[in-house]
Amino acid sequence: MSLIEINEVRKSFGTNEVLKGITIAIEPGEVVAVIGKSGSGKSTLLRCINGLESIDAGSITVAGAQLRPDEAHLRQLRLKVGMIFQQFNLFPHLTAGANVMLSQTVVKKTPKGEAERIARAMLDRVGLAEKFDAYPDQLSGGQQQRTAIARALAMQPIALLCDEITSALDPELVSEVLAVVRGLAADGMTLVMVTHEMKFARDVCNRVVFMHQGRVHEIGPPDKIFAEPATPELQQFLGVQS
Amino acid sequence: MSDFTIWDIVRNLLLATRWTVVLSLAAFVGGGVLGAILLFLRIGKRRLLRNFVKYYVELFQGTPLLMQLFLAFFGLGLFGIDVPAWVAAGAALTLWTAAFLTEIWRGCVESIARGQWEASSSLAMGYVQQMRHVILPQALRVAIPPTVGFLVQVIKGTAVTSIIGFVELSKAGTEVTNATFEPFTVYGIVALIYFAMCWPLSKASQSLERRLNVAHRNQ
Amino acid sequence: MTYNFDFGWLLVYYPQILHGIAITIELIVVAAVVGIAVGICCAWVRALGPAWLKPPVTAYVELIRNTPFLIQLFFIYFGLPPLGLRLSELEAANLAMVVNLGAYSCEIIRAGIQATPKGQFEAGASLAMTPFETFRHVVLVPALQRIWPALSSQVIIVMLGSAVVSQIAAQDLSFATNFIQSRTFRAFEAYFFSTVLYLVLAILLRWVLARLGRIIFPRTVAR
Repeated sequence: MSLIEINEVRKSFGTNEVLKGITIAIEPGEVVAVIGKSGSGKSTLLRCINGLESIDAGSITVAGAQLRPDEAHLRQLRLKVGMIFQQFNLFPHLTAGANVMLSQTVVKKTPKGEAERIARAMLDRVGLAEKFDAYPDQLSGGQQQRTAIARALAMQPIALLCDEITSALDPELVSEVLAVVRGLAADGMTLVMVTHEMKFARDVCNRVVFMHQGRVHEIGPPDKIFAEPATPELQQFLGVQS
Repeated sequence: MSDFTIWDIVRNLLLATRWTVVLSLAAFVGGGVLGAILLFLRIGKRRLLRNFVKYYVELFQGTPLLMQLFLAFFGLGLFGIDVPAWVAAGAALTLWTAAFLTEIWRGCVESIARGQWEASSSLAMGYVQQMRHVILPQALRVAIPPTVGFLVQVIKGTAVTSIIGFVELSKAGTEVTNATFEPFTVYGIVALIYFAMCWPLSKASQSLERRLNVAHRNQ
Repeated sequence: MTYNFDFGWLLVYYPQILHGIAITIELIVVAAVVGIAVGICCAWVRALGPAWLKPPVTAYVELIRNTPFLIQLFFIYFGLPPLGLRLSELEAANLAMVVNLGAYSCEIIRAGIQATPKGQFEAGASLAMTPFETFRHVVLVPALQRIWPALSSQVIIVMLGSAVVSQIAAQDLSFATNFIQSRTFRAFEAYFFSTVLYLVLAILLRWVLARLGRIIFPRTVAR
């Protein structure tokens, strides 16, 4: 059984069907890049895996936790998958350390001392050990995004979802965030990332999913996807990108 | 308990409501005219006048309406005039309304001016021309919702004039209570009459505001 | 005009004035603390709460915002005893101010909650927090910070409005003034003096609230 099982998932916003039956199985430790034009449904798919969007049909299961619209099921699911957002979404009134500690103490009822120890370890892991007491507005975009990664890691998720996590960053800050993600991949973290960083996808990912008009148009190892795109849509997409 | 029917109570209260309406409108119109004059001084070029209006506004916004009414009532009396309550009430409410409207309208003018000032300056328009043709027409549109909203505050403010003896809805409420010994019913009805006057205005203000926001987004 | 101003009575009646000031301060402190707490609860209901709770809260807010404070005060003090709820003057004044500020602060705080970026709710959810936990730990503080100036203004408006509680014989600053003018027949001076005191109280209150804001919210947030 796969770690993340996405089965015939359909999703509409009003009359606009953005996911038209998606089926993907992701194994533990896999790093999967989801690419495609804007509006292809790739971000929506990622948000469905975390229950930020409800699904109209099909099923999503992560390590036995099924996506259901009720509070208890969502909580179980979200304890297993963390999410990193394009806009970081750090809590502006809390220090970096408190950002990383908050959900541990609120959701898992971890004692404060223990939560702080984990928070320091996670900030250290993303290279921000000395920023524990800094507020988000004192951090650069890259540092904020790394703090967001530490915050997700502190919940000890089985998988991480990354939704265009470098798109809001200045070009010179992209590499520091990608370096952290590269480290996570090397440590065996299961990652599903929507990204425009084709070089990164080619270097780090095990599999690439090309989405087009709400469907998985092509799927395969990066060598094949990037070197020998089978469909004209992917050829055109890669042509535009490079 | 008493010989008064509900209808007797309502009828007496509604008769007194006339004076709440008259006083509200008088203060609103008078305060509007005075407020407009003060607004021009406030955004004008003369520093002394600007400061005068600024402190005028702070004074009226920083002290209780009740105290302003008492000062008008007893202050006018110092001139040897025996002031009827309605004169003191009208005078104080007008000055009070003017202070708030000036401040509301200044906010509107400034919100427009910030973006438009440079554009109209670059067209070589003078100060008065800019005001007349660019800023004020736009500020007027923005000003309508909060101005309607403030009319609600004026109507509620008139209740305080009952304390210096002006017989309007609140004062009538107290008089009817003293006659009927039914404070729950009487003050309940008084509250509903105020609500019936204020709530439609509040709603109108909100929907005007919403319409304005939609219009702005489409620009 | 041949009128001689006389403030000599101040030497005799200053204890009453000090007592009145103390009561006015007590009233606004209770109203601010409890009223804002009521406002936070109601704002949560109106912005994020369950549908069945919204109509009663909306009715409360609309009713209070569209009727004069004086009538609310009279209703509580004179209208409730026949129903079996008898309150002292001060209790009635406190309750009326809490009820009043609760309704106004509800609408102000609601605006602050609704200005919260969607990403904050999503970040809370993605960390497995329930909607209420997200509200409590993530949304509330920045929302209050966003509207703190408006909330401060409303607290000052309620403090100034509290002058009418003298009408139910709650012994605040305006009650002391009425008492003094009835004894000295120096009505204009008495009201002039207490108007100045109210102005000073308003300025002090604004300063305190601004200070408090900087202590509670040490960091700036995007508005």
